[in-house]
Amino acid sequence: MESKSSTTGNRDNPNRNLHGSKTMMASHFLRALFRIQQTSTSSSSAGRSRRIRRAAYASMAYSAGTRRAWSRALLRKLRSRARLRFPRRLSRAATPQRRDMDQAQVLRKLVPGGPSMDDCKLLEETADYIRFLTTQVRLMQTVMDSISS
Amino acid sequence: MSGRGRRITDEEINELVSKLQSLLPESRRRNIGRASASKLLKETCSYIKSLHREVDGLSDRLSGLMATMDSDSPQADIIRSLLRS
Repeated sequence: MESKSSTTGNRDNPNRNLHGSKTMMASHFLRALFRIQQTSTSSSSAGRSRRIRRAAYASMAYSAGTRRAWSRALLRKLRSRARLRFPRRLSRAATPQRRDMDQAQVLRKLVPGGPSMDDCKLLEETADYIRFLTTQVRLMQTVMDSISS
Repeated sequence: MSGRGRRITDEEINELVSKLQSLLPESRRRNIGRASASKLLKETCSYIKSLHREVDGLSDRLSGLMATMDSDSPQADIIRSLLRS
């Protein structure tokens, strides 16, 4: 994985919280991958893919813990075994985009726990969620690279 | 913006907006230039969606790769990954 210095481009925040979480994220995700490998020899690639995807969001949520609304919401979804779905298509507004209102609503649907957040919290949670998402993506890429080399 | 809770001040909006802006990769920041909060939110939504798609895509590819591995090699690969981080 990448070096300890911040690579997410946020100069103001040394991302101290994120570094400890990165280690947790990596070990959680790798252990989950190992379990999936051991237990899914006969299942379809699609089924295995779903499990991997779920493990990705689980390791994000577990490493962020309960201190964030987005991770709490994700953990709730994971524990209830609900399908993890994020909207793909933009909601079709009847009128052309009206300033910030529609986009804040779209954002609320994309960030776990979004609907119950006020605007201030939504932006803070979004920033944190993006940091963890990008870290998880980079982790998955690293694993891919090491497996395929 | 709609929303419950206290009203956000302009200063807070600007602060959070610049924070959000700094989270976008350079290529996306260039696209929006001097961003209005609205454009920035839109770009943020687009960015999050692309990250979700990446997670999906990487899951598919990892799944495919794992199918071709024998039962011994995942351990080695996993250990190698851990050592590298």
